[in-house]
Amino acid sequence: MIPASFDYKRASSVAEALDILKGDGDAKILAGGHSLIPAMKLRLSQPSVLVDIAKIPELNFIRDRGKYFAIGAATTHGAVAAHKSVNAKLWWVANAASMIGDVQVRNAGTIGGAIAHADPASDWPAVLLAANASIKVEGTNGSRVIAAQDFFTGFFMTALEEGEIITEIHIPDPTSSDTPDSWRSTYQKFAQPASRFAIVGCAVNLQLSADGTIEQAYVAFNGVDSKAYRATSVEEALVGRTLSDETAAGACDGATAQAELIMSDHYADEVYREHLAKVICKRAISACMYD
Amino acid sequence: MSYIGQSVKRTEDRRFTTGKGKYTDDIKLPGMTYAHIVRSEYAHARINSIDTSAALAAEGVVAVFTGDDVAHIRGVPCGWQVNFKDGTTMKEPAHPLLCAVGTTVKHVGDGVAMIIAESRAAARDAADLLVIDYEVFPAVVNGAEAIKDGAPLVHDEAPNNMAFDWAIGCSPEEINAAMDSAAHITTLDFVNQRMAPNAMEPRSALGNYDDAMDSYTLWTTSQNPHLTRLLLCAFVLGLPEHKVRVVAPDVGGGFGSKIFHYTEEALVIWASKAIGRPVKWTSTRTEAFLTDAHGRDHVTKAEMGFDTEGNVVGLRINTVANLGAYLSTFAPAVPTYLHGTLLQGLYTTPKIRIDLVGAFTHTTAVDAYRGAGRPEATYLLERLMDKAAIEMGKDPAQLRLQNFIPPFDGVTQPGYQTQVALQYDSGNYHAVLERGLEMVGYEAFRKEQAEARANGRYLGIGFSTYIEACGIAPSAVVGALGARAGLYESAQVRVQPTGKVSVYTGSHSHGQGHETTFAQVVADKLGIAMADVEIVHGDSDAVAFGMGTYGSRSLAVGGSAIIKSIEKVLEKGAKIAAHKLEANVDDLEYADGKWTVKGTDKSVGFGDVSLTAYVPHNYPAGLEPGLDFSSFYDPTNFTYPFGCHIAVVEVDVETGKVKLNRFIAVDDVGNVINPMIVDGQIHGGLAQGIGQALLEGVQYDETGNLTNASYMDYCMPRADDLPMFETDRTTTPCPHNPLGVKGAGEAGCIGSTPAVVNAVMDALTPFGVLDLEMPMTPQSVWRAIQSKTEGCSA
Repeated sequence: MIPASFDYKRASSVAEALDILKGDGDAKILAGGHSLIPAMKLRLSQPSVLVDIAKIPELNFIRDRGKYFAIGAATTHGAVAAHKSVNAKLWWVANAASMIGDVQVRNAGTIGGAIAHADPASDWPAVLLAANASIKVEGTNGSRVIAAQDFFTGFFMTALEEGEIITEIHIPDPTSSDTPDSWRSTYQKFAQPASRFAIVGCAVNLQLSADGTIEQAYVAFNGVDSKAYRATSVEEALVGRTLSDETAAGACDGATAQAELIMSDHYADEVYREHLAKVICKRAISACMYD
Repeated sequence: MSYIGQSVKRTEDRRFTTGKGKYTDDIKLPGMTYAHIVRSEYAHARINSIDTSAALAAEGVVAVFTGDDVAHIRGVPCGWQVNFKDGTTMKEPAHPLLCAVGTTVKHVGDGVAMIIAESRAAARDAADLLVIDYEVFPAVVNGAEAIKDGAPLVHDEAPNNMAFDWAIGCSPEEINAAMDSAAHITTLDFVNQRMAPNAMEPRSALGNYDDAMDSYTLWTTSQNPHLTRLLLCAFVLGLPEHKVRVVAPDVGGGFGSKIFHYTEEALVIWASKAIGRPVKWTSTRTEAFLTDAHGRDHVTKAEMGFDTEGNVVGLRINTVANLGAYLSTFAPAVPTYLHGTLLQGLYTTPKIRIDLVGAFTHTTAVDAYRGAGRPEATYLLERLMDKAAIEMGKDPAQLRLQNFIPPFDGVTQPGYQTQVALQYDSGNYHAVLERGLEMVGYEAFRKEQAEARANGRYLGIGFSTYIEACGIAPSAVVGALGARAGLYESAQVRVQPTGKVSVYTGSHSHGQGHETTFAQVVADKLGIAMADVEIVHGDSDAVAFGMGTYGSRSLAVGGSAIIKSIEKVLEKGAKIAAHKLEANVDDLEYADGKWTVKGTDKSVGFGDVSLTAYVPHNYPAGLEPGLDFSSFYDPTNFTYPFGCHIAVVEVDVETGKVKLNRFIAVDDVGNVINPMIVDGQIHGGLAQGIGQALLEGVQYDETGNLTNASYMDYCMPRADDLPMFETDRTTTPCPHNPLGVKGAGEAGCIGSTPAVVNAVMDALTPFGVLDLEMPMTPQSVWRAIQSKTEGCSA
């Protein structure tokens, strides 16, 4: 429970953080520290230096940019959950943020830290996938924007390259479209009782026509596979149908079709987890009727 | 002025809630060093060699000790002896302070070396430099497996891993005849799973040897510092007791786990002398999982026989109790005299027998954990009752009422002699169940349940009616049963010259609120303000002796000792008062803090008398000055709280998740001094008992690894797992102690577990699920339903 010794540096700008990273291959970025510090205490992670980016002003913001919300990477889950404008326009994203951990975790843990860590059971990845979000990263060679779809590449693995840090998360705002009331969305989670991480998390983001037909569907899971994934089978089964309990019950069958593997642990083996994925998927789709 | 019966706010909470409590780990002494215990990663392995050279050379390291350095010290002892049925002495293998080279480690977490350094970090860093060569052997973790032929042996001197076998109740012939006569037998094979105690404050020990005085001080997280001192001095280190001070300052919860004397306490004291500096060790949470004595872990086959009318005719039990790798301080007593003797429950069962084996395994030691044996007894009785009701098509509440022991007050009616050695003091068992039924609205619930089922929702109700034995205990009785200690309590009431009162109690508060409750009692009995009473505990230099706090004994035993001293104070005070009032002692009455000559307005106050006792100018001839009395109280019997717990659940059959909708607890703990504190004790106990039913449980893999030794995996109950508790009380005073109190610390934990399991079983009746192992996780509930249905699509 005592980490190996390490240096600590607080960066005041992204440029400064990148500079420290560049000079030390064993340096690690520290934001909220809610995944990194426990790993260090168990000595599973022994970085040479922690580069604290939590207080960098250019990483701490939530901005409504019209077509999308831009959220600074060091923004806490709690700040997202409490943000007025996010609650008004993307309530389900704010709600998902409010389901992460507990109050202490949400007040320290950050959205950028969570997705950089890419824990398959963490909540943000599925939400960002279903929201069609993208992730802006910066390296010494400049910045680039990665679609969430391309970002989560494997078990605790992302498209981030050596020396890059996440700076912003962009989440499309459906209320800025021509049909602002056409979207129905939710994130539902079945939590592991002890850690409260997701055994299954399911994000559903649907666009309905005036008569209730599903025109676009984005469905994503976390907790199930070794990485968060889009459930395109469910999406295909939804598009063109009327949103209803029957539609939900039919579509959820494909919940794990795109999973490369089903994780198994003490609280949920493969069979139970696959079953739960379908149940939570069904419930999430049905819940969209009441969004 | 009366404090007794009032929900007085806890005086100690000011320091606790403002972060000003002083715990062992808060204490820093000049020159203090920090110890890190290097622990075995293997459950069963021989230590072939340990190379300490690199660790010793590391920066900041002061000393490295291995088992060879402490091999001359006897290990920590066991405090209770339970022999084999044939009279053979209990197997009591040594529990060394550290495992020496050439010996075997016996559980993951067994101590192998102690590194002492200038900082915790330096000690921890050096641990990585220790080179230990282990030869790993197969391990056994399950008690029932351990006693089979061919199982890996934990101790060579304990064949088949048996520490003892034991029975209580009637003869095998008698129980078999009773069961043969039964019209219906309900059987239950189950595991009462192993629990980790999880006190909020991890264990800590700080040892300081004073060279100038040739004396030792140990600050430690203990529920009974005097007992720790006795064991440490007399059995482990062979130190003169008057040269050893043991202090248990503020202690953040124990739940039993801090009763016991642990190796680290002896190590820091010994090491402090060895290096000439104070040595502090504080457990990490992972270490707490690996080394704090666990609770429960029984593998049981239970059978209850009924006649055609539904009357219980016999109870036959076979249990293997997993004791872990070593015999912890009270380990042998827990499954035997705190469990087997409770199998009468609240019922008139005429024939009872339990056969029980205490088994060694390659796991952390098991000992008393909140309830200690009584939850296990209650669990098997109450699960059997509900299962029998389902099987016989009877109502579970009615089946209990039909079999209850009739009411008795223990004063005008005698106590109830059980078939398993105890004599219950007083009880009115029908009253708690009837009150519980009223509170839950039983008939209305059954209607709601039927309607819900018709709509595909599965509600369930579960009952548990329990009795426990508290206020442990008459010393002669427990001595005859194998205890190596007396179980009385001491109290000194020192009236200061100004009439302020200091009370020195051998009870120890680690969350119970004694500083408030005891002060309420003292203030009332003396007719003075609570603010004028101070309760001192936890320091062997301040308190003459003490047996500590466990088994819901503090008020029943410790409180009674205080009452005895108060009586002596008042008796002597009356003599002084009579002298001052120029009256006969017999003509005085004491009330509201003053002695009054009956029928007059002549009186003298407590403060006047106190001052006179210390300034005895005008004083009764022949009377000693001073007003300061010590007493020891040895109870004449256990006390027997009882109650009825009712759980109402809804099971989400698609996911298997259980939602606890309501929990009703009607407890009879005898007279109540502070209802708020009793409610708090009940609430905490309920959370722990419900935790066992739904959430908690230590898991070992087959190699002996404790696989859920963190809060990421070991699920403690949280507020949002629980409903608002609905509590009530009946009051049946204890007839044999002066306050009429019975004890409330464990009741919630003893009664609640089977109520929750029974409720889930009731909800799942339509599926034919009759039994489920604890904890009832969503996955296990879902699987149980699956096993009874033809697949279940989402």
